[in-house]
Amino acid sequence: MRDPFREGLAAGWKHVDASQLAVELTIEADVVIVGSGAGGGVTAEILAAAGLKIVIVEEGPLRTSSDFNMREAEAYPDLYQESAARKTADKAINILQGRCVGGSTTVNWTSSFRTPPRTLQWWQSAWGLKRLGVDAMAPWFAAMEQRLHVGLWPIPPNENNAALARGATQLGIPVAVIPRNVKMCWNLGYCGMGCPTNAKQSMLVTTLPAALTKGATLISRLRAESFEFSGNKAVALSALAMKPDGIHPSGIKVNLRARHFVLAGGAINSPALLLRSKAADPHGLLGKRTFLHPTLISSGLFDKPVRAYAGAPQSVYSDHFLDNVAVDGPLGFKLEVPPLHPVLFSTTLQGWGEAHARLMREFANSQTILALVRDGFHPESRGGQVRLRDDGSPLLDYPLNETYWEAARRALLTMAEIQFAAGARWVTPVHESATGYNSWAEAKRGLAELPLAPLRCRVVSAHVMGGCAMADTPQRGVVDDEGRHFQIENLSVHDGSVFPTSIGANPQLSIYGLVARNASLLAAALTGKAKPAIL
Amino acid sequence: MTTRREFLKTGLAGGLLLNVAACARPSENGGRTVVLSALIPVMLAGALPAEGAGRPELIVRTLDGVERAIGGLAPATQKEIGELFDLLAFPLTRMLAAGIWSPWPEATPAAIGNFLESWRHSRFDLLKSGYAALHDLIFGAWYARPDTWAAIGYPGPPKVE
Repeated sequence: MRDPFREGLAAGWKHVDASQLAVELTIEADVVIVGSGAGGGVTAEILAAAGLKIVIVEEGPLRTSSDFNMREAEAYPDLYQESAARKTADKAINILQGRCVGGSTTVNWTSSFRTPPRTLQWWQSAWGLKRLGVDAMAPWFAAMEQRLHVGLWPIPPNENNAALARGATQLGIPVAVIPRNVKMCWNLGYCGMGCPTNAKQSMLVTTLPAALTKGATLISRLRAESFEFSGNKAVALSALAMKPDGIHPSGIKVNLRARHFVLAGGAINSPALLLRSKAADPHGLLGKRTFLHPTLISSGLFDKPVRAYAGAPQSVYSDHFLDNVAVDGPLGFKLEVPPLHPVLFSTTLQGWGEAHARLMREFANSQTILALVRDGFHPESRGGQVRLRDDGSPLLDYPLNETYWEAARRALLTMAEIQFAAGARWVTPVHESATGYNSWAEAKRGLAELPLAPLRCRVVSAHVMGGCAMADTPQRGVVDDEGRHFQIENLSVHDGSVFPTSIGANPQLSIYGLVARNASLLAAALTGKAKPAIL
Repeated sequence: MTTRREFLKTGLAGGLLLNVAACARPSENGGRTVVLSALIPVMLAGALPAEGAGRPELIVRTLDGVERAIGGLAPATQKEIGELFDLLAFPLTRMLAAGIWSPWPEATPAAIGNFLESWRHSRFDLLKSGYAALHDLIFGAWYARPDTWAAIGYPGPPKVE
């Protein structure tokens, strides 16, 4: 198996592993980009192509296809924020976020949806983002779909996805095929541990190689600590080299200077960096309105093997419960399935001892559905807030209120009904007090009574959005629709933290499309060249 | 300290217990190994072989896995986990907060099971999240190992040449 990234390094790409630095460094560039995920990768490619001198700073390690051995024991500590155990302040929501070169795009499950039209329309009407209309954004999504080889998954779904399709169809709930950003995919099912065949068109195999080929410099294992401001400009970024363990700073500092800085550390780390830097925040908006698509889980047992560990992890979805409700009414949800692997499944599943072991013995026959709740539209769905611990690390408070639990109950009911309709013999919500149900009738009664509360009902998230929201005025946003910071003139935010609500779909393509637009505008502004014709 | 208060949202009772435990902090990790050695066989009942020569070795390997997992968490989280095990290791708080009246090595599986259930269904978020941490650490360490996969019908990752 070829490893194009290692080949590129051998051919002279500039990469510095900051954990190996022995002396402090000062680096100058036209643009310093913090983060190498969806936002940082796309920005790097576009700015490097415009002839700008780029430095990309990534806190996580550089890992490439030869390293991806599909073992959870190595992938989670190596490739995810906090070993895939990042949690909200009350520990009630577990958050999966990448922390490696390529960011979450290295470990996501490849689902590629455009920002739903209703979300863009809501941003136009409620957040003043007039220029981000469906028609205006369409060419950017199309461009990124082409760049990242996004297409409807042509292979039949694995049984985990097929059961969602079968049960929903049985109940008259429409489903559709998921577009994926893959090329010559082997249909293995291990996207969450890094793609071992380079089929996934993550930043690791697309935009970052393009930027490096144009002379960009990538620095891994380097944590962006704080900006130094002078007036309304950022003059320097102070960064800390990490030890090879990725947990502790080594004591070596790196000082980065640039004409312009792009923040793309993701929707927890980007606002946290600005908070640590005490960036101007005259309206108290920074870190607020952070959204998660807080997700419920329903697990069913089938007589036949499901083998949810094998095959494209996500290939079927339903937006029925998003599309047929008011966008700002009682919260809607998107239905998808997760891949199941032993660590992820066993740690998520409730119970201990024999009860847990019994469920694990049926691991291969387990089928699981997710309901991703669309947060941030209803007036009582205000999301969470990023703040800083004493040691400066970020912590997300995300209270789950009655508005959320009302939706959660509907979602758990819907998923159980679909699973029984698909042929499940037993279904349980992932919930500490639930002992499971043998029929839809039993589930309907049981779920109506089930007490829903944090740390009783399991809630997870793989989509962090918001915290540096864009808006039309500084009174209600941190950045404008181009990602330019309202108070700091040479700072842009190019990641999911600019979304003023959740997306209502897996967010990667929303980030790619918006950032392609904003990086193109930034390239024009910094080089004085013409704006792209698309604008 | 903010982190300690966060961990102790249970309020006064929890705060007092943790302060007592912190004052009597056992030697680094010393308490943790004893607590985990008692908890692992109960949490993993049904997965861990009930008897046989391999059992102590499997418990030790799980313990090592838990330690490795803790080492991969953010420093602030490692500190909270340290506080959790201090609470469980110090005799007074072990009795008051966990209801375990004998030292861990002598605690019966039934007593440990009662402790796990009481925390799992506690009305205090602190104790619920403490149970969740023990659950995730121990099951994560167990099922991360390829030798546990045959029992659950997981073939392991495919070969990619």
